[in-house]
Amino acid sequence: MSTAVTTQQETGADAVAAPAPAPAPGQFLRRLRARKGALVGAGVLGLLVVLALAAPLLAALEGQDPTTYHDALVDSARGGVPLGDFGGISADHWLGVEPGTGRDLFTRLLYGARVSLLVAVGATLVQVLVGVTVGLTAALGNRLVDTVLSHVSDVMVALPMLIFAIGLTAVVPQDFPRPLLLVLVIGLLNWGATARLVRAQATTLNKLDYVAAARLTGASPLRVARRELLPALAAPVLTYAAILVPVNIVYEASLSFLGVGVRPPTPSWGQMLSSATTWFQADPAYVLLPALMLFVTVLSCTVLGDAVRTALDPREASRLHIGRRTGRKGGAA
Amino acid sequence: MTGYLLRRVLGALVVLLALSVLVYALFYLAPGDPARLACGPRCNPEQIAQVRDQLGLNDPVHVQYAHFLQSLVAGHDYSTGTGVQHCAAPCLGRSYQNDLPVTDLIVQRLPATVSLALGAMVLWLLLGVGAGLLSALRRGGITERLVTWLVLAGAATPVFITGLMLLMVFCAQLEWLPFPSYVPLTEDPEQWAWNLLLPWLALALLESAKYARLTRSSVLEALAEDHIRTFRAYGVSERSLVLRHALRAALPPVIALTAVDLGTMLGGAMLTETLFGLPGIGQLIVQATRTVDLPVVVGVVLVTGAAVVLANILADVLHAVTDRRAALR
Amino acid sequence: MTTMTGPLVSVEGLTVDFPGRDGDVRDGAVRAVDGLSFTLAPGAALGIVGESGSGKSTAAYALLGLHRGTGAQVTGTVRVAGHDVQAADDATLRKLRGGTAAMVFQDPLSSLDPYQAIGDQIAEVHRLHRPGTTRRAARARAVAALDRVGIPDAARRARSRPHEFSGGMRQRALIAMAVACEPQLLVADEPTTALDVTVQDRILALLRELREETGMGLVLVTHDLGVAAGSVDELLVMKDGRAVERGPLRPLLHAPRAPYTRELLAAVPRVEERRTPPAPAATAPEVLLEATGLHRTFGRGRHAVTAVDDVSLTVRAGETVGIVGESGSGKTTLGRMLVRLLDPGAGELRYRGQDIGRLRGRDLRAVRGDLQMVFQDPASSLNPRRSIGESVADPLRAAGRLTENRIIGRAKELLERVGLDPDAYHRYPHEFSGGQRQRVGIARALAPEPRIVVCDEPVSALDVTTQAQVVALLAELQRDLGLALVFIAHDLAVVRQVSDRLVVMRHGRVVEEGPADEVYDHPRDPYTRGLLAAVPALPPAPAGPADPGLAGPAGAAVRRNAVA
Repeated sequence: MSTAVTTQQETGADAVAAPAPAPAPGQFLRRLRARKGALVGAGVLGLLVVLALAAPLLAALEGQDPTTYHDALVDSARGGVPLGDFGGISADHWLGVEPGTGRDLFTRLLYGARVSLLVAVGATLVQVLVGVTVGLTAALGNRLVDTVLSHVSDVMVALPMLIFAIGLTAVVPQDFPRPLLLVLVIGLLNWGATARLVRAQATTLNKLDYVAAARLTGASPLRVARRELLPALAAPVLTYAAILVPVNIVYEASLSFLGVGVRPPTPSWGQMLSSATTWFQADPAYVLLPALMLFVTVLSCTVLGDAVRTALDPREASRLHIGRRTGRKGGAA
Repeated sequence: MTGYLLRRVLGALVVLLALSVLVYALFYLAPGDPARLACGPRCNPEQIAQVRDQLGLNDPVHVQYAHFLQSLVAGHDYSTGTGVQHCAAPCLGRSYQNDLPVTDLIVQRLPATVSLALGAMVLWLLLGVGAGLLSALRRGGITERLVTWLVLAGAATPVFITGLMLLMVFCAQLEWLPFPSYVPLTEDPEQWAWNLLLPWLALALLESAKYARLTRSSVLEALAEDHIRTFRAYGVSERSLVLRHALRAALPPVIALTAVDLGTMLGGAMLTETLFGLPGIGQLIVQATRTVDLPVVVGVVLVTGAAVVLANILADVLHAVTDRRAALR
Repeated sequence: MTTMTGPLVSVEGLTVDFPGRDGDVRDGAVRAVDGLSFTLAPGAALGIVGESGSGKSTAAYALLGLHRGTGAQVTGTVRVAGHDVQAADDATLRKLRGGTAAMVFQDPLSSLDPYQAIGDQIAEVHRLHRPGTTRRAARARAVAALDRVGIPDAARRARSRPHEFSGGMRQRALIAMAVACEPQLLVADEPTTALDVTVQDRILALLRELREETGMGLVLVTHDLGVAAGSVDELLVMKDGRAVERGPLRPLLHAPRAPYTRELLAAVPRVEERRTPPAPAATAPEVLLEATGLHRTFGRGRHAVTAVDDVSLTVRAGETVGIVGESGSGKTTLGRMLVRLLDPGAGELRYRGQDIGRLRGRDLRAVRGDLQMVFQDPASSLNPRRSIGESVADPLRAAGRLTENRIIGRAKELLERVGLDPDAYHRYPHEFSGGQRQRVGIARALAPEPRIVVCDEPVSALDVTTQAQVVALLAELQRDLGLALVFIAHDLAVVRQVSDRLVVMRHGRVVEEGPADEVYDHPRDPYTRGLLAAVPALPPAPAGPADPGLAGPAGAAVRRNAVA
């Protein structure tokens, strides 16, 4: 459908430059380490992953679980506002309790991180898998295959998938595992941009002389694709995947916020924020905690994704890092 | 140009048709009995059977779909047991919840959605393009650094977080603004704007991050082009270079993206509308999803799809008109 | 205008350093220009020549202070028309740029703002340097300037945008922009490199005319000694950022003092020189490849472009067929069809009697090895992720006849055969120069032991000295291995060095064909004659192109038919 325009949408990451030679792994890591933002982002993200993995352990340490109601800790006379300062912070409940129910916030946030990261990473994998398959098939197939697949990808990019996602969650049977449903819905509705990126990159590569030379050696098309195209696609696809993860985290939170995410009592940040809309006057801490978690997670993912991008292709100016564009004049007179 | 438009509109029709098949199949053939949903929880089996018959659910699937399309194009007469009701084209069916035509429901919701989208657009263009330009003009300075981090933070904050923060600060703490409740423009323009200020701001802050980034990168890309070097070599000042030459190159993508975004938002800014309780299309579909009101869900999905498809055509045309280099093919 | 007594340009001890890019160890700091000094008298013309990386463009940029704000470190003094470019404040520098010294760039496609009418762009610059000029007057001045540089119907064409102009016309428009400001100095950075040879000839003639008319000084930066020889009266030869030799044009060309200048002059192919050694007498060898009535069209409907139109061609064992033509002549498309990288749209392609024009899949792969290709761009014809040895070994692996040990051994042999160190097997393309990479490309083409190698502009991306070496290598390989070569190039002189027979193409058709010396010495087709006349001659004949307005038949054509 749309050609010039939708390319610019959202991330802008599917703008296609001539593929750069991928740096050797060592060089890539060195460049990545040279960026302060990457280090901080990776550190925060690593900590989050550890916290999410160790959620049962930490819950045991605190002596709480995410689902038990503590009616004694909320002031039923004031509609269920937690007793005590800052949302009821105490030695038993390190980050306070949920208004209305008195459930422990610390454990709910930890278990919420599990849902968030699991769904986002899972959905990204689905997107990349479908996107690479469709994109490569379009690039290497004949004109008809290419036209059809490219159109489908364009439509997938253009349509308002959040609305579809909401609609879909309404018709799927209630007993279908919810996190898996979210992974599939997010992943299967949003692979369009990945497919377009892969198709564009593969088409550009396919025109390069070294691919022509490989065909002249008498190698079969499959052998050419495997040896010449796929290795060159790894870098842009990895880069794009790194940018997709934070987008998917927000996606999951949005669905949960709208009440179609994971089902209670499983905690999720978006769901907590959704119920916080009625509590923000009485109990600000209940809004701030999940908001902060979500914000920090998305921010560190974005920073890391950007760093991966620039480390893989140094010609690509960072979208976040401020650096002067050095002119290419001189030198190569 | 005419040939191009014709082809695009035809293509759009094909896309919408395919979309309607897909949506119809997904929603009506999914497990769950539309008749039971339509009839309500207190119906006995006979009543359900009657409803099933009225809705034509006993017909083969393709006949059902044909009816659906037919009513969309030509309207449809319903027998409701007590009499015959007409549903004018484009008929998207009737809501299971309140038996109103889906088309009417959508039209009712339009003013709030349009108010939100247009107001937010003005704000995000001002904020986004302004910030993007500023950071491109002041390269390497503190301004650029600041704008970059603001943009980054804006992009990393989902709209419901920004909105909640705004509510907490301006309504709960400072008490400068009322808790938003939608007042139609025709009723009281001042209250309309006053009440929509926070939703506009919440939406615009998120969107302007995207626009700032696009403006900045387009301007920088344009500045790196060879023709900028030519004008620099002829004594044109840096300011002129950005404003007269680079900005011109940066505008087409911004204009095109605006068209696309506007189209998407006319389909309802669900998160913003839900958070602020605005009676828009987005709120409609969220409510319909909760109550499994299939005709409404299908109707909104189709209307939104159409809005986006049209917006994309508009965007491509605008892009081609504003960027002489892009040929319409 | 040129009332000054001092030199127009004086450069003393100019040094330009480009700092390395942070975060990337490979990009070290580069000293692009190293202690360069020269002067230019008012109205004189200096040619700065050198190969890529010699710093010639960097030096030219410094004349307009264009390194300011780029991070490059410039030391030494540069004075243009009395102004110290280094010390001048930004406002003074902006006045100098365009007003005193104007610049013309290499790529006319990207050097103009694609969004604005050409006339408006010229008017904008003109008003900048003549404050107080009305918009209307500036526009009139732009039209006059466009008219002056030979744009027909200038008043109307001034409203066109750059993409509506051809390459030659764009370059004229850029020159018009320079002329509109009446500068004392014109700096032209490879002004004709992106243009076809006939267009180049007309642009150079225009520059000579303008210089004679306005008395402006010229600094012409070029890699092409022939271009410089026809346009300047003084030469500065640069290498590695330093001046190697400097002096008046003719003495320098006839009796160069520096060894590097001699080397450079010796390497330049001369179109009037016959092939050495002469082609062996043909004893009617076997016909290898026979193309009959080949066609190829790209695109469909209204956008269809016929690239190759009814071309027939025969290649015999051991001979070299040269194919020349300007851009858009279809020579590359033809070459790719000959090796079946492109499918012929119509016509017949026979290899040793077998029709290979319609072969597919396994059958096609079976004849692939016999027909190989050497590509133009040594940067994109090697996979950057694979070592050069692997690239050469690939065809051997695909054939699947040899053991792994034998394959590596054979690849190393081939590397040695093309003049590379066999121990370089495990190194990657970016570690090599353009010429070396082209050698790798040749080794890869030789690996399947082909009978025919199609070389598509194999040396046009290379510097002239490297060019000569690669051409010599190809000739040697052909002699030793009995290869048939199809040598495609736009440079007529290079083609003459290697060809037995010559095919001249234009607009997808063959306009002339015959034994190389016959076509070169006695061209029959007017197009071929024009093409040959436009080739810059070196060294200039006494009454040759150095005299403005008398540049042979093509020079005379300028006034009649100035549309480049």
